[in-house]
Amino acid sequence: MWAIVLKDLSIERRTGEMLTSLFLLALLVILLFAFSLDPDRLRGPEFVAGLLWATLLLSGTLTLNRSFVLERELGAWTALALAPIDRGSIYLGKTIANLIFLLTTCVFLLPLITILLGTRGISPSPLLAVSILLGVLGIATIGTLFSAMASRTRAREVLLPLLSFPVLAPLLIGAARTTAAGLVGEDLEQIGSWLLVLGGFDVVFLTAGWMLFDFVLDE
Amino acid sequence: MAFRMSGVADAAAAPAPRSKPWSDVALPALTGVTMLAAVVMVFWIVPNEKVQGVVQRIFYFHVHLAWMCFGGFVFVAGASAWYLKTGSPIADRYAEANAEVGLLYTTLMLWTGPLWARPIWGVWWTWDPRLTMTVVLWVIYAAYLMLRRLGEGDETILRYAAVLGIVGVLDIPLLVLAIRLWRGIHPAVMISDDPEAGLRDPTMVWAFVISGIGLAFLFAWLVSLRVRFATVDEELAVLNAEKEHQ
Repeated sequence: MWAIVLKDLSIERRTGEMLTSLFLLALLVILLFAFSLDPDRLRGPEFVAGLLWATLLLSGTLTLNRSFVLERELGAWTALALAPIDRGSIYLGKTIANLIFLLTTCVFLLPLITILLGTRGISPSPLLAVSILLGVLGIATIGTLFSAMASRTRAREVLLPLLSFPVLAPLLIGAARTTAAGLVGEDLEQIGSWLLVLGGFDVVFLTAGWMLFDFVLDE
Repeated sequence: MAFRMSGVADAAAAPAPRSKPWSDVALPALTGVTMLAAVVMVFWIVPNEKVQGVVQRIFYFHVHLAWMCFGGFVFVAGASAWYLKTGSPIADRYAEANAEVGLLYTTLMLWTGPLWARPIWGVWWTWDPRLTMTVVLWVIYAAYLMLRRLGEGDETILRYAAVLGIVGVLDIPLLVLAIRLWRGIHPAVMISDDPEAGLRDPTMVWAFVISGIGLAFLFAWLVSLRVRFATVDEELAVLNAEKEHQ
């Protein structure tokens, strides 16, 4: 499992493709939002949170599409399928690598959005970190599972968002609410049931992905 | 993992019997009788509801459509799990058929809902938890069918569709929870749309029960027709392939 994480990270360190495109895409999505809505009216912390998650979801899905393309193109897919390791670990490895990419982007993205929108009155609490970690993990679990599936079809660019957005709907709702609460310094107790949604989502789909990946990798 | 890829061979070896007493005779007959009875009751026999008037009659269908589209999801997931376990082409056809009929029922629900909401709530749409839920369900069904369509003719896609069918049903409890929490704080709904509250007259209860049974039969019949169609389609493909081979 860790071998796959390290492999993906070292490819990334040498090419920088994934992170660069993720970050540029995210920046573009923010610009699109600013152009199409009036940026002067989007100042509150809830807009920062909403914009962060909408941006992460859009750019994340577009980039996670690439997640298995290298394997497919270079024939490593068959090698992975034949490797004498548990296929669930391949899934977990890929998910952790994608989680690291998304988290890195998030660390840059959040301050950037705050500055660009000129939001004031932000006092982050530990809840912010928790909400981002749980939310990004959810995107990675579903994104990794579905990108392995979508990479098989001819319409993979369309298919991944099409499959993952509806399934990610509960996560998006929960992540936007908890991040908004975390930005203004609310405590964990006040928003406990939301964290249950996020945590539940991660646990359910990490387990489901780990168990179902067997069928995805089978050729 | 032992995985059979022999949908074609199976269909050729055992052609489906042409006539089945249950799905060819009993099911359409029961559907016809109950649906007809439901229509007669809803449009002629049942009295108008006091507060909402004639519009309320849409609920005899709407409410059943609602729970049946959840049921469709459970069937899709069940058939998907069955397919992943055995690789049986029948299981896959059941999953597809349930998804298609489920999408149809969800569409009907999304259509009958606004027809009622416009005169009663004054708007076609609100972000009420149930409405939001339905529209997300609709998109999941549609995405499932899109995946199948885009990967047509590829055996692997059938397995991927089964994975999606299971993921979809796992998503439902989380969706319900998230949407309730999201909209639940602001009660946007002024009037309870619980039909039990309005069913004072005994004929109303009867109409409600009969239309439920009718719609359930209709669901089952449509699914069986769709499965049959897929089976015949598969046989035809096999015959065509054999013909070309000769």
